Amino acid sequence: MDFTQIVNAFPSLGDGLLLTLELTVLAVIGGVVIGTLLALARLSNSRVLSWLAGFYVNYFRSIPLLLVITWFYFVVPFMVGWVTGTNQPIGAFTSCLIAFMMFEAAYFCEIVRAGIQSISKGQVNAAYALGMTYGQAMRLVVLPLAFRKMTPLLLQQSIILFQDTSLVYAVGLMDFLNVARSQGDITGELHTFLLFAGLVYFVISFGASTLVKRLQKRLTV
Amino acid sequence: MNYNWDWSVFFKSTGIGSEIYLDWFITGLGWTVALSLSSWVIALLLGTVLGVMRTLPGRFAARFATVYVELFRNVPLLVQLFVWYFLVPDWLPEKLELWFKQDLHPATSAFISVTVCLGLFTAARVCEQVRTGIQALPRGQAMAAYALGLRLPQVYRKVLLPQAFRIIIPPLTSEFLNVFKNSSVASLIGLMELLAQTKQTAEFTANLFEAFTLATVIYFVLNMALMLIMRGVEKRVRVPGLIALGGK
Repeated sequence: MDFTQIVNAFPSLGDGLLLTLELTVLAVIGGVVIGTLLALARLSNSRVLSWLAGFYVNYFRSIPLLLVITWFYFVVPFMVGWVTGTNQPIGAFTSCLIAFMMFEAAYFCEIVRAGIQSISKGQVNAAYALGMTYGQAMRLVVLPLAFRKMTPLLLQQSIILFQDTSLVYAVGLMDFLNVARSQGDITGELHTFLLFAGLVYFVISFGASTLVKRLQKRLTV
Repeated sequence: MNYNWDWSVFFKSTGIGSEIYLDWFITGLGWTVALSLSSWVIALLLGTVLGVMRTLPGRFAARFATVYVELFRNVPLLVQLFVWYFLVPDWLPEKLELWFKQDLHPATSAFISVTVCLGLFTAARVCEQVRTGIQALPRGQAMAAYALGLRLPQVYRKVLLPQAFRIIIPPLTSEFLNVFKNSSVASLIGLMELLAQTKQTAEFTANLFEAFTLATVIYFVLNMALMLIMRGVEKRVRVPGLIALGGK
């Protein structure tokens, strides 16, 4: 094992880690926003909306993430082309980001839905009694309460998402794992680099989930 | 961008023998199913042992299982796969290493790597479910078993595990479906399972929408079918009086 090679590769490994984190953060934000809208649709009184949202969730939960990433990598450029009428390439990062947002939204939706359903009816009734509209009741009363309850679960799911970003290897995006692997190949120290990558992923995920557990204890009323 | 839709593409010849593209999907599905089932056997056996260890009175066993779970849950699946595929063969004894790298068909050695990787990865998850199932049982169950004179292995084999498994059928089902979906990572080390065959068809025919749609439909239908079957099984074997505990 030759650790000097790893030290030498720090700049490119850092770039890779940055890309991984950037992808994670943007995908979590997008996923939570879409997921919340889906959850509201699923719980709405409209049959059509609720069926559509339910289908979306079941659909994305029954196909592999890797399939979605590959699909989108090939297909999104076509879609963009059809919509805008131009022939612009959109790049692996954007297509992966869209894939992650849409895929994770299905999982976030289920968390948000459970969170909303755990809020007592009295809260909603009180909001309506105060003269709030549906939108106000959701925005000012139900969602703030629900999000407080589900923060730990959302964070756990985000940690899973962080680990799953390594799958962008499939479309050649240079994330942390892919950089580690290619540096390992170049220097002939694949063992060292892969084990180092595993260690970094472990430390980040384990550290984050330990923090989340602590947060969960503090948040429970 | 122009795109030529052609749903008959699956029945066209691949140019290799008398194969049509649909054959590729069937071969791919075969690999996917074989991978999922064999990894599931490993995951279920090892996961049960680990899950039992986490509930044992002994400190050491419980700690070992905890370390295992944390390790396998906090490293991405793909990293684990690379370790099993690129690193572990180098650590084998020389004869075994040569046999694995040279005598085995590349598809076979990839298959073994993915099976071991997925099996051990999923075992950590199964362990947590088994532990939850055992801990969800009323404590009186174990006490009554001891009072009847059963020894520790008998308590687990005859009283705790049979009940625990009936409770945890729903989460175990979703773990199995996860194995089924996760087996697609095998495509990244060159095993021609369903996703890899799909990609190959897309590249050969340029009919990528059709190819990916078919793959999606296959995954979707199999997932839904398994879920419905397991829901039926769960209802049939439900422990009377313990319904409130099920489903979590």
